[in-house]
Amino acid sequence: MSTSDTQHRGGDAALINASIARLRDGLVAGEYTSADLAAAFAQRIETIDPSLNSLVSRVEPVEPASSTGRLVGIPYVHKDIFCAKGTRTTCGSRMLADWVAPYDSTVHERLSRSGAVLLGKSNMDEFAMGSSNENSYFGAVANPWDVSAVPGGSSGGSAAAVGARLVPFATGTDTGGSIRQPAAFCGVTGIKPTYGRVSRYGMIAYASSFDQGGVIAKSAEDCALVLGEMAGFDERDSTSADRPVPDYVAGLDESIRGLRVGIPKQWFSDALDPAVGDAVSAAIDELRAAGAETVEVDLPDADIALAAYYLLAPAEASSNLSRFDGVRFGYRCEDPKDLQDLYERTRSEGFGSEVKRRILVGTYALSAGYYDAFYRRAQKARRLVTDHFQRAFEQCDVIAGPVTPTPAFDRGAHSADPAKMYLEDIFTIPVNLAGLPGMSVPAGFVEGRPVGLQLIGRHFDEARLVNVAHQYQQRVDWHERMPSLAADSANDNREG
Amino acid sequence: MSQFAIPSGWEVVIGLEIHAQLATRSKIFSGASTAFGAEPNAQACAVDLGLPGVLPVLNEGAVRMASLFGLAIDAEISRVSSFDRKNYFYPDLPKGYQTTQLARPIVVGGSVTVTTGEGKKAGEHTIRVTRAHLEEDAGKSLHEDFHGMTGIDLNRAGTPLIEIVSEPDMRNPEQAVAYARKVHAIVQYLGICDGNMQEGSFRVDANVSVRPEGDEKLGTRTEVKNVNSFRFLQRAIEFEIERQIDLLETGGEVVQATRLYDPDRDETRLMRTKEEADDYRYFPCPDLLPVVVDDETIESWRAELPELPDAKAERYQSEYGLSAYDAGVLTSSRATAEYFEAVVAREGADAKLAANWVMGEVAALLNRLECEIGACPVPADKLADLLERIADGTLSNKLGREVFEALAEQGGSVDEIIEARGLKQISDTGAIEAMVDEVIAANPGQVEAYRGGKDKLFGFFVGQVMKAAKGKANPQAVNDVLKRRLAGD
Amino acid sequence: MSLTNDQLQTVAHLARIAVEPEWTEALRSDINGILDQARRLDDPRLNDLEPMAHPLDQVQRLRPDSVTETDQRETLMDGAPAHEQGLFLVPKVIE
Repeated sequence: MSTSDTQHRGGDAALINASIARLRDGLVAGEYTSADLAAAFAQRIETIDPSLNSLVSRVEPVEPASSTGRLVGIPYVHKDIFCAKGTRTTCGSRMLADWVAPYDSTVHERLSRSGAVLLGKSNMDEFAMGSSNENSYFGAVANPWDVSAVPGGSSGGSAAAVGARLVPFATGTDTGGSIRQPAAFCGVTGIKPTYGRVSRYGMIAYASSFDQGGVIAKSAEDCALVLGEMAGFDERDSTSADRPVPDYVAGLDESIRGLRVGIPKQWFSDALDPAVGDAVSAAIDELRAAGAETVEVDLPDADIALAAYYLLAPAEASSNLSRFDGVRFGYRCEDPKDLQDLYERTRSEGFGSEVKRRILVGTYALSAGYYDAFYRRAQKARRLVTDHFQRAFEQCDVIAGPVTPTPAFDRGAHSADPAKMYLEDIFTIPVNLAGLPGMSVPAGFVEGRPVGLQLIGRHFDEARLVNVAHQYQQRVDWHERMPSLAADSANDNREG
Repeated sequence: MSQFAIPSGWEVVIGLEIHAQLATRSKIFSGASTAFGAEPNAQACAVDLGLPGVLPVLNEGAVRMASLFGLAIDAEISRVSSFDRKNYFYPDLPKGYQTTQLARPIVVGGSVTVTTGEGKKAGEHTIRVTRAHLEEDAGKSLHEDFHGMTGIDLNRAGTPLIEIVSEPDMRNPEQAVAYARKVHAIVQYLGICDGNMQEGSFRVDANVSVRPEGDEKLGTRTEVKNVNSFRFLQRAIEFEIERQIDLLETGGEVVQATRLYDPDRDETRLMRTKEEADDYRYFPCPDLLPVVVDDETIESWRAELPELPDAKAERYQSEYGLSAYDAGVLTSSRATAEYFEAVVAREGADAKLAANWVMGEVAALLNRLECEIGACPVPADKLADLLERIADGTLSNKLGREVFEALAEQGGSVDEIIEARGLKQISDTGAIEAMVDEVIAANPGQVEAYRGGKDKLFGFFVGQVMKAAKGKANPQAVNDVLKRRLAGD
Repeated sequence: MSLTNDQLQTVAHLARIAVEPEWTEALRSDINGILDQARRLDDPRLNDLEPMAHPLDQVQRLRPDSVTETDQRETLMDGAPAHEQGLFLVPKVIE
């Protein structure tokens, strides 16, 4: 196959929008090589990303480490929170702007072993703190559906990159909604597995008891395939679950007839944009049409969940981010005059304002005299929220509802009031408090901006989530739609 | 020698916090080696350095060793314990927090019994242990000048520690030192700590306060750190008691503070006051889960417990007929007990003789050489050889000491030294008879006087025979032969 | 509960983050906003609940006590801002 051929095929609208399984078939059939595929997607990044800023680093593709894995030759990008030995890993921060990871995260090791080909590291809110990707040292990311809108956050770069079809899939992390919300905003499918399902080793910590790695891809089928490769017990992570990983792909085609879908009545309230509510309701109607039954369930106290999260996560973060002190790695201020100066200037200059804000909140919440009023109370709230889910799951098998109260908002819309931005996470945060698996599935558009359907499962019920999402995606084509920015470019390439 | 005495009218209250490094092969949360003396930072892996993204996994050996200590002091082993983070910034603390156990320590309660004084003044005291918890050690700051900078070596970072916290049950420096020594002995008996105070494997901080005798309320306390020998511990506490009482008697007051002991100047000096102390913002470590140990595991650990100092001392009394004091001295360290037991393991060994030698000649030698018994130039088997030669009459005690010195100075075997130096005692009856006969023949006047009833002259004859034998005649044999010959046999 | 300027400075010192005067007011109001929300945690239904530290009811796994790491000093130190003779360098620590 000639080079021009490669570009032609790589740029083919059908190919860039193809499923991972289809891409694999082409590789196996010899239609193109893994190098061709990597080059084709790299070319797309080159052409399209300047208008998105979804990546902070490009990585020279290497030959797949495996020839038998399920992802051999499939290009992808990592959220820049995953360490990959020898690659710059910034976490969206000036603090790590020049830091080259000296070791591999378990997620990277596993994806490499399955033959996936890393093309770059994606932009993100600094240290995964944010819902708009406006908090990155490397600049904001544009939403591929509307460049004046945010892509969501904190895995905004990953969602935008997959949305624009710069790569077939990307990794992400979700602490309070950071996979599901950007996936919803960018019209792609994202899964946040059960806490403990994917190793956190080598994934830079924000809030350790919430952080969970996952996948952003075009479809539930692709998510299932990639998650199967990422997930599993890791002896280097004490919080990793020691239980077998089912074949997520094998169950995709099972019927959802008789499935009980719980609809949290409190989530369809005034807080929800009616147009988003309509799109989500229509999606639930599709599940019914596929044979599922719906039941109303109670998930109250979202306000308590939010309050608890915005104390617990900053508290953990304040401690997790203490290691950024300018001593062993990363940024150090110029000419520190003494130790205090080294710490204070390094951290004040190295961290952005949202990170500093959360560190200060967390420090306060943990400080003497406030621990019981804040931290312990918030841990109790976590129990309350978890109990609500447990009760709901006595009545249903999965919960379906909105991912976010609104579609993607305009860039700069919430910069004046961070607390208001926190409300964006009202439907995603309770899931993280309980450590449950959650998915975001494209479910239509409001004024040209995508809307997501959220599916929530019982602990370790990822197989059912991808099954339900896949069955839904057999009936709709929202996940097949490409933003014009991606489609036009594909056509340009075809013509060129 | 210290002339210290607590001034009358005052009561002293002391509690100790002891940090013992556990003798695991790898670190508490990583697979890096804990061996001492490596090149700087050569044993600090990604986890120890607290690189972004790394996570801790708890070492089974550390849990086991901490539990062994708990079992040894009759403490409760927590079926569920957990780890917290203690947050503060310091260059030798890589993550900006120390992982430790605040809320739920692995060892709760227990006690240690100590004896102070000798003979009639001897007293037994039971010191209660509040808790012992697992935590990670920090690295080291090296203050040699690197262009005005400090160097940080993180090899020690992540070495497992148990912090053993006592109740404020000690009333004088002797009790505090005896308690510290006893804990030191226990961790060494258990093989869970090498006990090296110079290298910092065993570190003692003392909380000291004074109050007028009869007062219920505790006085304001200070914490004395940086004490790296038992002698310094004694001195640091003495200094602190005198300083505090001086302050109070001159109308001043004690400020709650951490103080450093300076052995060169033999004083404590202010490190930081409580007002400057950090707010550590403890909270449960989210990277570690609750540590659960079941009864079966605890019982298997209990079965591993070796004979501990108190039990051993009792056995020495009943089995060897040693005094309580001697048994206490011989069991005060695992190495001493091991040495003693190796000596008495010899067939037909005389335990009392062995005890006298270990506590006498051996102790004096070690003292002179300032060395540990483990490195004693006269190893236990050589001493056993030597005592065998004393017991069988080859050597007198006096000649035995000469052989011991020779062993200490140049090594070699006991028999070779006896041979080479011609120290062999003359026990051959025929030879002794010949010498006795010569002495009798040479001193007819004295013989007559003796036979006439001047018993005291017997010593004169012994002296003459010994002189002829150049001191090497077996005294018992000389006595026997002389008695017979003088009696006219 | 609302955060005073002094408290903010204390917290900033604990966190080793400088809070410039021009940022103080905005930051105080942000943090107070979060603390306002935290009032929801006064809900009496929380009183008797067991605090939840982890989402999963698991126990700590123990690692066998064996040395699995080799000397990686050169690689690991490469990313350090200042180092010499195998040591990380910091401004002089005064004890």
